[in-house]
This record gives sequence, C-alpha cells and structure tokens, in this order.
Amino acid sequence: MSTAPEKIRNFSIVAHIDHGKSTLADRLIQVTGGLTDREMKEQVLDNMELERERGITIKAQTVRLDYTAQDGEHYVLNLIDTPGHVDFAYEVNRSLYACEGALLVVDASQGVEAQTLANVYQAIDVDLEIVPVLNKIDLPAADPDRVKEQIEDVIGIDASEAVPISAKTGMGIEDVLEAVVKRLPPPKSGDPEAPLKAMLVDSWYDAYLGVICLVRVIEGTLKKGMRVRMMGTGGVYNVDDVGVFKPTKTSVNDLGPGEIGFLNASIKQVRDTRVGDTVTDDRRPTDKMLPGFKPAQPVVFCGLFPVDANDFEDLREAIEKLALNDASFSHEMETSAALGFGFRCGFLGLLHLEVIRERLEREYNVDLITTAPSVIYDITLTDGETVELHNPADMPDPVKIDSIAEPWIKATILVPDEYIGGVLKLCEDRRGIQKELTYAGSRAMLVYELPLNEVVFDFYDRLKSVTKGYASFDYQFLETREEDLVKMSILVNEEPVDALSMIVHRSRAEMRGRGMVEKLKDLIPRQMFKIPIQAAIGGRVIARETLSAMRKDVTAKCYGGDVTRKRKLLEKQKAGKKKMRQFGKVEIPQEAFIAALKMDSD
Amino acid sequence: MTRPALGLYAHWPWCARICPYCDFNVYRAKGADTDAMTAVLTGHVGLWAEHMQPRPLASLHFGGGTPSLAPPATIAAVIKAADARFGFAPDAEIGLEANPEDAGPERWRAFRDAGVERVSLGVQALDDDALKSLGRMHSADQARRAIALALEIFPRVSIDLIYARPDQTAEAWEAELEEALGFGLKHLSAYQLTIEPGTAFEKRAARGQLDTPEEDSAAQFYEITQQICAARGLPAYEVSNHASGPAHQSRHNRLYWTSQDWIAIGPGGHGRLWADGDARRGFALARRPDAYQAAVSAGELWEEDETLSPLDAAREMILMGLRITDGLDRARLRAATGQDVDADALARLTGQGLVAGDETRIKATRKGRPVLDYVAGALCP
Repeated sequence: MSTAPEKIRNFSIVAHIDHGKSTLADRLIQVTGGLTDREMKEQVLDNMELERERGITIKAQTVRLDYTAQDGEHYVLNLIDTPGHVDFAYEVNRSLYACEGALLVVDASQGVEAQTLANVYQAIDVDLEIVPVLNKIDLPAADPDRVKEQIEDVIGIDASEAVPISAKTGMGIEDVLEAVVKRLPPPKSGDPEAPLKAMLVDSWYDAYLGVICLVRVIEGTLKKGMRVRMMGTGGVYNVDDVGVFKPTKTSVNDLGPGEIGFLNASIKQVRDTRVGDTVTDDRRPTDKMLPGFKPAQPVVFCGLFPVDANDFEDLREAIEKLALNDASFSHEMETSAALGFGFRCGFLGLLHLEVIRERLEREYNVDLITTAPSVIYDITLTDGETVELHNPADMPDPVKIDSIAEPWIKATILVPDEYIGGVLKLCEDRRGIQKELTYAGSRAMLVYELPLNEVVFDFYDRLKSVTKGYASFDYQFLETREEDLVKMSILVNEEPVDALSMIVHRSRAEMRGRGMVEKLKDLIPRQMFKIPIQAAIGGRVIARETLSAMRKDVTAKCYGGDVTRKRKLLEKQKAGKKKMRQFGKVEIPQEAFIAALKMDSD
Repeated sequence: MTRPALGLYAHWPWCARICPYCDFNVYRAKGADTDAMTAVLTGHVGLWAEHMQPRPLASLHFGGGTPSLAPPATIAAVIKAADARFGFAPDAEIGLEANPEDAGPERWRAFRDAGVERVSLGVQALDDDALKSLGRMHSADQARRAIALALEIFPRVSIDLIYARPDQTAEAWEAELEEALGFGLKHLSAYQLTIEPGTAFEKRAARGQLDTPEEDSAAQFYEITQQICAARGLPAYEVSNHASGPAHQSRHNRLYWTSQDWIAIGPGGHGRLWADGDARRGFALARRPDAYQAAVSAGELWEEDETLSPLDAAREMILMGLRITDGLDRARLRAATGQDVDADALARLTGQGLVAGDETRIKATRKGRPVLDYVAGALCP
C-alpha cells in the first residue's frame, strides 16, 4: 500500500560543510526509530569511507523516516541528503527537484557561508519551501539573533521562526520533525492509476545488485515485476525489486505518487542510466516525458599516471571501474614522454579530482602521479576550425592559432572583514574582476569574475592561508572569454618536461615561469653536475635558474649506534626512488611535480 | 669467513649539561645513581658472556654521555668484568671519551691505572665564543691544558673538533685546525656541525635563529680539513677521522666500519653479531637509564633484537664500509651476505670518478668521499 501524498514530505538539508548536516540527519533517523542505537553508526548517510573521513557527501543519499506527529497522524518523511560542495552542485540540483522543501541548517555561531548561499539559492530557484534551522545553539559562541538577521539580510528569507537545535545533544530534533510536517508542503497528488511517470533522481552501483536507481514517482504506481522503460535512453528492464531506505534497504510492494524509493532492475552500468530520465511502464507509457537534465560536464582536466609503469593495467582497470559508477568523470588514454602511459581525466572540479585520485590510490591501491590541472580551452585556428584543448601537450603550433578562449567563473567569497585585503590581492593577482563588495555585519561578501585556470591552480589553498581558514568560497560558470594565452614549457637540463607545461596568460607567464623554476630548483635534488632549469614560451626562455652540482652529502658521525638509523634512511630513499622520473640524465622526484604546482605567488 | 673481531661498547648516559647540537642518548647527571649503574653494567657484561661463547675483546670503548664523569672505580669495575668474562686480545684498545672541564691529574691517572689507554677529548673548538655558542662548559685555555695533560698521561690521545659552525669563517677554521695539530696529536676527529632532529639547535634553526653554512661552504670547510690534516701527516682514514698511521686509528670504531661484531652495555646501546650460519643479528638496549637498569636487573640482555635479512646486512656493510679510505671488502660482502653492490651504479659512479675498485674491494675516491651518502646509497642493492 503506498502512502497518500498528503502524508508525505520530501525534503533535503542545505548546509555549509561542518554546520552539522550529517549529524542532524543521523538524529532524525535515530529519533524516528530508523535504527537502534547499536546500529547507529556515526553519520550513517556518508557511507563512503572517504566521505566519512572528510565529512563531505559526494553522492546523494536518501532515507525514509516514519514519523507520528503531534497531531496523531502518521507521516512518511523522505530525506534526500545532498552533496554540499560546489563540484557536485549538479547533483544537488537534481536532488532538489525531487523535494518540496528544504531545511536550511546554519551554524548559530558561524553564520551563513558561501556554500550555504549557493545551495540555498538553488533550492529557492526550484521553488522549495525553506525552513531555517539554527544548529549548535548550545555552544557558548552561539548568537541566534545575529544569525537570524544575517539569514534575512543575505539570503532574503524570513528567519523569525527558525528552529533552534543542537544536533549534537539532540535538542530540538522533535521541533524539526514538526516543522517538516507543518511547514513543508506535501507533494502534488497524482493519479495512482495513471501510466507510470517517475523521475530518475540518482543511480549508483552496488557490488551485489548491480545498478540501483533512486526514483521519485510523479504519477502512476511503480511495482515489483513491472517492465519499465527509461524514456531518454530507451532501455527496457524488468523490475526485480522496489523499496525504500529506512536507512537499511527495505522492499515494499509498490511506490505511489509523491513517494521516493529505489528500483532494482539488473542494470549493469551506471552509464546505462541517465539522471533526470523519465521511468515509465513499458506496456502503458506516459505520454509526456519530464524535461530531464543536461548531463554534468567535466571542467577540470589532468593526467593520471602510475608511479610504477608496470601498474598501468591496474590503473586502467581501476579507472574503468570508477567510471562505471561516476558518469561525470571522463578518461582517455594519454602518453607522456616523461611519465609513460596514463590517462587524461576530466572532473567536475578540484575536489572531484582529489576524491577520484584518493579513491584510486586507496581503494584500488595504485600509486599515482598527477599532472597540473588544466581547464578546457577553445582554440580557433587560422583556417577557421575550432578545437577543444584539454591538455597543454596537445597545443597546436602557435602560428596556426587565431585565438584562444578560456572559461570564466563567478566566485562568491564570504570573509571576516579583517582579511579582506589579502583576499582582494589574491583575486587581483589571479586576474579577477571585482563585481560586488558588500558587508553584512563584520563580514564582507565579495563577488569576483575569475578565469577558472587561475582557480584550479592552488586558489583554495591560498585563500585559506590569507584568511586563516575563515573565508568560504563558491563559484558558478559564467562563460568563455578570448584571452592572450600562451603555452609555457619547463625545461630541465635542456629537456622539456611535458608534465609541467601549462597554459598561462601572457601577462602572467614570466611571473609564473620564474616561480616555477625557483621552486623546482629547491625541489630537484642536486646531482653530480650543474643543471639549468628554464621556463620558455616557444623558443624564448623567460626564466632560468641553475641547480649547482652536489658538493657535500655525507653523514659526519656514523658509529655502531647509527647503523640501524642509516639503513632505515636508505630504505626510505630507495622507496622514494621508485617515485623518481628520469628526464635525460636528471632524476626528478614525484613530490617535485606535486609541489611545483602548488605555488605561492608571494 | 674468519671469526670477526669482537668489541664492547659501554654507554654512560649522563652529562653535566646537554649540548644543543647533540642527539645522542643523554640525560642530565643530576641525581643519577652511579653506584647502581655500575653494578648493572658489570652484571650486563656477565649476561653477555653467558649468552655467547666469550672470546677475547679487540676493544672496549666508553662512550656517552660523558663517561669521564663516571667514578674511576666504575670504569675500573667494567674493565675488570670484561677482562674476567671475555679477556682482552693482546693489542686490545680501551678507550674513553672525556671532557676538558673534568681534566685532573689524579682522576685521569686513576682512569689510566684502571686500564684506559686511549682518550678522545671533546675539545670541539679552540675559540671561547664558539665554545659558548656550542653550549660547552670549558674555555679554550682549559681545552689546551687538558690536551697537554692527556698527552702526558695516556699513550694515545685524540681530540674532537666541530667545524662549519654558525658564523665560522674558513680562515678561522684553518687557524684553529693548525693550532690543534700543533699539539703533536696522532689522531683527530673533525666533524661537520649538522643539525639533528630533536636537538636545541634544530629548534633554533627552525625559528631562523641559527645560521649554519650552506652546502657549498660546508664543502669548502671539508676540503680545508682534508688538505691541512694530510699536509700535517694526519690523512683521513674515515670521513671525519684522521690518524698518523694505522696504529693510531681507532680500532674500536673500525669494528663498526668493517662490520665486525660488537656488543653493548649501557642505556640505548646497539650491538651487531654475525650469528652461526652467518646471519647478522642486531640488538638495541632500553634507552632510558631507569628502564635499562630495570631490564638488565631482571636478566634481560636487550630490549629489541632482529635478524637482518641478507639485503639489510649487505646494505649496512656497504654504508659503513665505504666510509673508510681502505674501502669496502667486496669479497667479504659477497661471502657473508650473498649480495653485491649495484652493478649499474658501480659502472656509472666509476665513470664519474667517484669510486674505484675491483672484484675484491671498492673505495670512494677523493672526489667521491664528500658525497659519500649519495655514492653509498646508489651502490646499495
């Protein structure tokens, strides 16, 4: 028996990282009896190891809460947990389409952050009803009145009835549940007898069951044993199982209008499903498809190479497996003179890149060398042809290039006003164009237009360091703009190191080149001969350093008690040696590649 | 393989004051119970004798810490115990590390009477400002007097000097070295100051309050040392050790560099023994004096022991063996471990003029010695 729509509430939680979204979700599950205390693992919804470790959510998750409200009625609350990070904004967006309302969780002492803003605007854009929740109200630094005012000023929604809670102690959790029931609208009622029309909200791969699809039923009824058709892809599947997450997977007989649950239909690859697709009854299809979504496009690219060339096949296998479950991640084979065989991979953003890289290293045990992240450049050739450049190594001959355009973003930065000087300088250094500078209390909100290639280049790290970690940052894509861009090559001992070449704005090339060669001079160990390190545009050297030959490298004291230490040190060096790459006569440690790309501009 | 020579190292863990550059296993002497330690040290000698087939000792070395702060009776008791349980080979070396500020004719004669025939004096510098910045308690004059006294009392005398100190100039080092050699010493250890983890100097360097020379000037100081010592008849026989002939070299330290056998007593000591069947075993003693004393009193010979793999044993032989100018006994390396130096590296380094040798022996050249860690690391399989 499916639940009547008026007894259903579909909602998600919008919050900045650390503001307690996962803890609140856990509490809601606990209070509604989804899990016993013993079963209650910390932060149930973040079930990927990496997600738990970093306190971030990458994939959308959902849980069904059974709640008997103070009015004595029984309600079904579907909580759709969404990723908080900008890289996964696309997943947030489509998850929000499955909801009627959202809880906006704001830390009662920290206030609104940039990430909160981006996500809450997305929720407002899809017409969700929003209930503000002030978390961590028990902390001494909590200042609910100030934060309420800030929510009203910055976001522009009524915060007078914000629910004060402490997800940590459990205070106010009942009030949240009541607010969900009373203040969020139920889903629009649909005809349970109509032809099935359901939206594919998300899909992921389960090692035992194959692909699991999360769906939101709009009208009609989804039943086990039904033959469903994905209207966009045309795929037809037999439904083996229908169910909900409570949060453990629980089979149900059917899902009616307004309900959210999963279907399991022996689909082999996540790639066979398209998020936003319309799921219908193959025998009695609905006449109108849902509008659907544009698939997420990778915007940041880098090369991934195995440290040990013999591991290439392992890397290939790992990447292919990951790609099965992550349609937003692209990969194609790449050969580098320096690094051998590897893959050029595309990501939704830097965090996505890091998450994939870490999963490859951790879950698949492949040691990786990561090349400089780059963006997509649109190149127009003199013959009028246009090409998309994902890899600086593929840059056409400059004489054949008519123009190059690069992606720009609109960045929003919230920062306590004492750090604003550093942030302004950082943005200016990165070719930023200031669009807005407003204050809410002692915090400034900056809006900048920035070239994405300046952001993928250690911008977060720099921002964190100039603001002591107090800034929050978010961005969205703006457009591509034609700019004076050139390819800068790095030469070590006269040999070009392809993995370090990059595309830079001409006005920044010299500075970037100088920084790079200076850094490399410190990172490359001295060898028995002198080594020139150069940055060049075409044949013209724009910066040069010379690494002197090694002159002294010997331990002064080495007696009976030092032997063990000396041997252990050697073991470490030998292990590090595996991560060295040979360029002509010169060995460059892997750290040099990674560190060379993290550059301080001051 | 002929039976390796056996040495005994005795660690005296206490110092009147901890030097800011020192990363040895040392503790402030205040409140130390020297009588209890003496009993434990001699007892430990007995435990070793029961563990292995005793054979005459080629050397006994008192290191530290500051063993010259130990009561002469302690030194005498350990030497006596070693003699009783192991015996000494005919040309055995019995050496002791001493600080200039404890120099005194009576005390030192007592050490000599106990059997100490070699002292190495921690002179470190012949410059009052430098001594102060190194945290030493003696003056340059005290050092000069101590050298003279040591030469009077002990048959063999060495001094330790530290170079490439903060603010030291090449000229000053030349003059200091010349003065030191003017005493007619037959042995000298000259160490480049290095900043070791966990020392006060490391903290100061991290705060930017300590300037030590860059690699290039360290190389220059090393060159000066090589030239002056060789010219004055004390060529290097090891990276930091100079002697006027084989008889004056440190026999005890040669045991380490030639991968012989040595056992240890005293907190934090390390030992190595070629066991039956030629496996190399390593031992480490408890580091804290109280833990060490409790362990030995409970009859424990060591805190940790390991059997080295042939690869590890070979690496130790190479790392240590290349430090001496005689070089690495390659034939013995192969016989003892079944391993050999890396052939590609050997060819490359020979081509670069950093090593020379043949099937039986490999030496670092004059050019290779200043970069020995690189050379030895590359040669290790």
